[in-house]
Order: sequence, then structure tokens, then C-alpha cells
Amino acid sequence: MDFNDYKGVWVFIEQKDGEVASVSLELLGAGRKLADKRGVELAGILIGEHVKPLTKTVFEYGADIVYVYDQPLFKHYRTETYMKALLECSDKYKPEIILYGATSTGKDLASAVATDLPTGLTADTTELDVEEETGLLLASRPAFGGNIMATILCKKYRPQMATVRAKVMKALPPEVGRIGKVVEETVSLKEEDIRTKVLEIVKETVKKVRIDEADIVVAGGKGLGSYEGFQLIHHLAETLGGAVGASRDVVEAGWIDHPHQVGQTGVTVTPKIYFAIGISGAIQHIVGMKNAGLIIAINKDKEAPIFQNCHYGIVGDAFEIVPVLIEQFKHALSSDKAMK
Amino acid sequence: MFHIVACIKQVPDTKIIKMNPKTNTMDRRTAPAILNPYDAHAVEEAVRLKQRYGGTVSVVTMGPPPAVSAIKKCIEIGADEGYLITDRRFAGADTLATSYAVTKAIEKIAKTRPVDLIICGKMSIDGDTGQVGPGIARRLDIPPLTSVNKVVDINQEEGYVVVHRKLEDGYEVVQSTLPCLFSVEKTINDVPYSPMPNMLKAARYKPHIWSVDDLEDVDIKQLGLKGSPTIVSKVWAPQKPAGGTFLEGNPAAQVEQLLQILLEKKELFESKEGM
Repeated sequence: MDFNDYKGVWVFIEQKDGEVASVSLELLGAGRKLADKRGVELAGILIGEHVKPLTKTVFEYGADIVYVYDQPLFKHYRTETYMKALLECSDKYKPEIILYGATSTGKDLASAVATDLPTGLTADTTELDVEEETGLLLASRPAFGGNIMATILCKKYRPQMATVRAKVMKALPPEVGRIGKVVEETVSLKEEDIRTKVLEIVKETVKKVRIDEADIVVAGGKGLGSYEGFQLIHHLAETLGGAVGASRDVVEAGWIDHPHQVGQTGVTVTPKIYFAIGISGAIQHIVGMKNAGLIIAINKDKEAPIFQNCHYGIVGDAFEIVPVLIEQFKHALSSDKAMK
Repeated sequence: MFHIVACIKQVPDTKIIKMNPKTNTMDRRTAPAILNPYDAHAVEEAVRLKQRYGGTVSVVTMGPPPAVSAIKKCIEIGADEGYLITDRRFAGADTLATSYAVTKAIEKIAKTRPVDLIICGKMSIDGDTGQVGPGIARRLDIPPLTSVNKVVDINQEEGYVVVHRKLEDGYEVVQSTLPCLFSVEKTINDVPYSPMPNMLKAARYKPHIWSVDDLEDVDIKQLGLKGSPTIVSKVWAPQKPAGGTFLEGNPAAQVEQLLQILLEKKELFESKEGM
């Protein structure tokens, strides 16, 4: 394998319902930095049906090239079909790096592609850098259950691949009118030869917990002691008009469902205000909330790592503090309204 | 007869484990080794499908000799057979080398009893990648179905399955030919307490234990550290940020200060009032 044959940074562009996923835009921002440092081009690889109009967005967010596979075959994501497009494209144009969002689709696709190429794949990356000279990708992620960070390298294979957490990288401000080169490709697969079929897509109509879209997130941890104790979090969230978040321990204990989990194996959130109550602050949790605008931590243990990662900390018992806060907050808000 | 293989892993309980602050490595003595919680759901689903459609459930794992206890746990859940591949030459494997070794084990298992379905947990709690399951499927050239949270139907005669795959805002109904591989969500089932007869069976059970030499057509270069394209170049504790300002005083004083901080962001709450 001659590494000089491999040039350029690629981002797998995830799309749904006629829109580019925000994680792909973030990766274009991160990929742009890597490509500039290396002095190479940044490309998006866009697969789907009727997706060609999305190339405009991909250019505006930083790509120089977009490889497009636009065929009815790609209407729904399927590992078999998308993988084939990526493998053929990678084989033909030989990128040095391919980045994917660490979404269920991105992880599914990257795992399959890495096995077939073969190459190394780093999962759930939260920091990316590249060695200017060698082109070696430095992909870092929380490891061993999230207690420390590890930097992973893939020295002997190209392309190097990583899945990257949503909301960790920053998208560039879109440059309206920015254009680049569109390269259209097709794969020669027949529908009847594909072993999987998507029969139906069902959107859940129940009110979804989208804690990643909330302005205020009130998150609770094991420090609340029990399912009953955790209800305090719901009360505060309700009072503030926020969404409820939770640490991994709490979700594993069954106090609340997984969609509420903040952190490496949960959701990354960037609310304007984040409460961490009874959460000690393992790295795997911190990576999921550290970019919140204002972080307020309440914990009994003065040494808890969460206090290193907050703006304001209260050392104390949540059961003494939060009920009083709820009451006074309600009072303050209603007297404020009365004055208007 | 329908044969389901569940792939499992023994992991340190990362909730309890302590790090050695000098070396930044896991101090394994501080944490008990357990069956990866996600894999318990994979085995449970295999057992439930056996109850629905008949057949046999085997579990397979790669790991050091103590991993036998994780296999026994699966027998308690209701698996019939357990296979451990253990060898120094497997050590240091990343996800690519792991999927290679486990695939070789499954191929050997399939020689005596053809495999119809493979079930993996979503990921392991120590690696957190979820990459091994799809890797095994690719190596066996069978469809990988990730994020499975319900098995709707298995039609053995016509050779297909219908499952629900979880999506961010709902789910999709997918049909796949058999054999195929699922990696399942935790929400697919609840793992109940094991029935007493299973516990007794597990206590006596001796799994099949294979070394590299017991497997067939193995390319040694693809095993363990040597067969792993990724390497961990450094492990580091992230730089501690400066930290926040402590709100001092008694609870009443602390609440008072906090309230002032929140009220500075009043616009956030007013928009929530819907007035």
C-alpha cells in the first residue's frame, strides 16, 4: 500500500427527508481543518434518492468536491447498498481519511466498510487532529467506560476512519454561493439481488424526548439515591420549563429511559442552562454536556469532578436545596409577572 | 433445527472500576468481571426465539480463561452450549481482529451445526464501539441488522426474518434473508431472574474451549495485536478545567445566589410560559 496514492479528507453526508444531518455539517467543519492542515481537498460523499440538490449545502459548509450516488436503490439506508457505494468510491478515488457521524446509520456503515476495506475504525471520537507531514489521523475518545481519554492511530492502513460524536465539532458558517466539483457515480446493483428490504418507516407520534434541543436541561445522577429521589429532577425541570437528563448509572438503574441519558453513549446536549444534580461527573458524562452555556452543579462531595466542569457549584444536599429553589423560583416568576 | 449463536463478552464492571492515576490504565482488581449487560439482552432474545420457533442457542466468546463464568451466566439465561476461544495470540485485538477471530469460531461451530441467526448486543461497556457485530456479518457475508428492538417474525421455511430497527424518531420495519446478524438494543427485552434448573445446569456446565490451533484456516497475521490496524498511542486524563465558582453559605444563602443567577436568564423562562 503506497500512502501517497491516498489523498483528501472525506465526510459521509447523512441525509433524511431532504435535509443534510447537522452532524454531517459539523464534520465538514472539522474535516475542513484537517484538509487545510494537510493541504488537500475536502469531499462529501452523498448517497440517497433525489439527493443531488443537497450538494449545494455541502459546498456551502466547506466541501470542495461532492461524490453523489443518486439512485432509487438508495431511497432508504441499507448497509448492503450504501456500503457498496462507499467501497467503490473509496477504491476509485482513494481518500486518506473518511469521517462519519456516530449516529446509528454512520456507525453501522463505518463498521461494515472498515471490515471490507479493511482498515482501522475509531468509534465515537470527540477530538480530531492530523499530523501535517505524515497525514496520520489522531482520533481521541473517552475510553474504558469513560474514565480517561485515549488517542487512537491507524498507522498501516489507508483510508483512516472514525465515527465522530454529534454536537462536539463545530460547523462553519455557511458561505452562500460557494460551489465546488460534483462527481456523479452509480453502483451496478439490482434490487432483486439485495438481501434486505425496508418495508415501512414508522414515525413515533408519542411526544419525543429531545433533550438535545432543549434550552434548559435538568440532569440527575446516582446521588439522588432512588427512583423516588430522582422525581426531584422532574419537579425542577417542570418548574423551569426544561427537559430531564440523566447520567448513565441512573439509566442503567432503570430510573429513567435511555433517551434521557447524557454522555458518550447517550445524547450530547448544548442547552443554555444545564443542571447536574447528584452527578459525580465521569468523563463519559462530561463530553456530553461540557459545551452547555451555563453549568450548575449540586453535589454533596466537594471533590466530585463535576465541580471542575461547571460554572457554579453548590456543595450540599440536593433534597435541602432544590425544593427551596423550586418554591422561590415560582414565587420570583409570579411576582415578576405581577409587576408587569 | 434452527440454530442461533449469540456473541458475548466478559467485561470489567466499568461503573465500579478505578483507574491507576499514575499509569492511566484500568486497575482490574478493583472491578468484578461480568457478562456485558448488552449481551445479556442478546442471549435472552435468542432464548425467547428458541421458545417461539424451537432450536438451539449457542454462545461464543473470545477472552481469557475466566470468561467461562460469563458463559455460565448465559447458560443460566437459557443457552444450550457455550464456546470459549482463548489463546495468548488473540490478545490485544481491536474490533477488526476480534471480528476475525470470532468469525473463525462461528465457522467451526457451523461445521457441526449450521448457523441460521447470529445475535450480538449493541456494544460492550468497556469498548463502547458496537463495531464487532457488523464486522462478523461482513466476514460471513450475511446481512447485518443493527439497532434491532423487536423481532416480528422468523420464517424458516421461506428463509427470512422481519424486525424493527430503531431510528432516531421511530423505527423501520425491515425484512432480511436468513442467515443474518442482529445487534439488539437493550429495550428489546427484560432479562428476568434465571429459573433454578438453569442455575443448576450452569453450575455443572463445562464449555467447549478452543485455542487458535483448534480453529481452521486461520491467518495468524490477522489475530490479536498484530492483526489490529488501530493502536492506542496514548492514554491521558483530560486537562482539568479551572472549575466553577462555589456558591457558599447555608442552603438558604446558596439558593438565593442561585436564584439571582437564574433570573439573569429570565428570557429563557418567560418564553416557556407561552404567554
